[in-house]
Amino acid sequence: MDSVAVDQDPLISVKHISFRYAGRPVLIDVSLDVYAGNFLALLGPNGSGKTTLLKIMLGLLKPEEGDIVLLGQPIREFKEWNRIGYVPQKATHIDPFFPASVREVVAMALTRPSTGPDRGPVRRSREQAVDRALALVDMCAFGSRRIGSLSGGQQQRVFIARAVATRPRVLLLDEPTTGVDAENQARFYDILAGLNEKEGMAIVQVTHDIGIVDRHITQVACLNRSLAYHGSHEEFCRSQAFKDLFVEGNHLVSHRH
Amino acid sequence: MENLLSYGFLQRALLAGAFIGLACALLGVFLVLRKDAMVGHGLSHVTFAGVALGLFLKLMPLGMALVTALVAALGLMKLKEKGGLYGDTALGIISSVGLAVGVLLATLSHSFNVSLFNYLFGEILAISGLEVWLSLGLAVVVLAAVLLNYRGLLFLTFDPESARASGIKTSRLETLVAVLSAVTIVLGIKVVGILLVAALLVIPAAAGLQLARQFRQALILAALASFLSVAGGILGAFFFDLPASAAIVLLSFVLFGAAFITRRLRGAG
Repeated sequence: MDSVAVDQDPLISVKHISFRYAGRPVLIDVSLDVYAGNFLALLGPNGSGKTTLLKIMLGLLKPEEGDIVLLGQPIREFKEWNRIGYVPQKATHIDPFFPASVREVVAMALTRPSTGPDRGPVRRSREQAVDRALALVDMCAFGSRRIGSLSGGQQQRVFIARAVATRPRVLLLDEPTTGVDAENQARFYDILAGLNEKEGMAIVQVTHDIGIVDRHITQVACLNRSLAYHGSHEEFCRSQAFKDLFVEGNHLVSHRH
Repeated sequence: MENLLSYGFLQRALLAGAFIGLACALLGVFLVLRKDAMVGHGLSHVTFAGVALGLFLKLMPLGMALVTALVAALGLMKLKEKGGLYGDTALGIISSVGLAVGVLLATLSHSFNVSLFNYLFGEILAISGLEVWLSLGLAVVVLAAVLLNYRGLLFLTFDPESARASGIKTSRLETLVAVLSAVTIVLGIKVVGILLVAALLVIPAAAGLQLARQFRQALILAALASFLSVAGGILGAFFFDLPASAAIVLLSFVLFGAAFITRRLRGAG
């Protein structure tokens, strides 16, 4: 696989991760690093372990072997979860009647682990953080709307706002554009590009859509239980992994977002 | 009305009922949104076993009810997490066994009498001064726990996976919800009895959720529905010589119906 030039410590370091589910190997000895400024697409076919790897990075699943280092700390000692943002897969599981406004949803990310009632300055800074996050995704006008009344694309923008409300250093997204129409997908990728280029957030996006390799992203990691490719997106389309996983038996059609 | 409210038993009933109803409503909103509305039914059946055990051993029935409810609530949580059972399956098992144990103990101790029936159907109009203070104290604990953990509970209820990913100790909050559910169920027994206490958890919350556009609104509206149900039910029971528990629950259903119709007329969104 292609090497990645480094001149700084990785924000996320995945070290020899292996994971089995019901005895079946899902991830086999996967290692990769995510650096500041990276926009990494985590590609692979269904069942390749992409979402599993993302959940291991977030501490939602425990690997059987290997370790994750987040911002220089082993994951078991890591406590600064406000520095890691997470956008789950399009929230088809979100109750459309849940009585939470857009502002309340974004403010959830600002829940302090040691919770307590907000005092004046804490409440003001919380409101400012919500305003800032909604502005980043161009959703300020929807603050008082109920989350279930929004379209799928709008909901995903709110979940990005929630994920970036704490100004994380890394943003992890799990197939965030599933079920989102093409127009909103374009807006979505523009927002992510802005977060990566202007806010300096590293982004790791699990996706099926190899079309996003054309724009925005800087790195590709291709998984099929083990890491088949990790390197620049320019080299990816010429790589054997690309041919094996995406070209063989398929007719390739390119499109732009 | 002023003379009416000078009756000590009505003052105690309204005071205890209002606080207990408030605790039930606040917790009920979280339970309904988590699709755990049937937890109230399951735990109330288990408290029947606790009450029967207390009568059998001639110990404090409500104290025994609290112990059995806590054990059942925490056991239910563990069964779902580690036992690989669906939530409603675990609830069905615990609920049925609780009821069966209660029937067995009540039969063995020859306790099918007025005392047991008061626990089954509630006796808010006969609540003692000491019981009012106990109820107030426990209700304040429930209220404080919900308010102090409000944001974490909201996040956990809305999106449990993202809540965990953000560093919130979701297992601690789940335990808190289990404990609060047990305590609130036992509190509610005094108001509407074992058979109807689940209604006090669910119906005012459901009424509030019909009209709320924000979560805070849902809590406030649920609390309001609960207060109106309890106060109206108690006064209605006094005026019309009706069983207070049934009056409270039926009034809460009327309020739910009104909220449901209002929502339909207003249109969703």
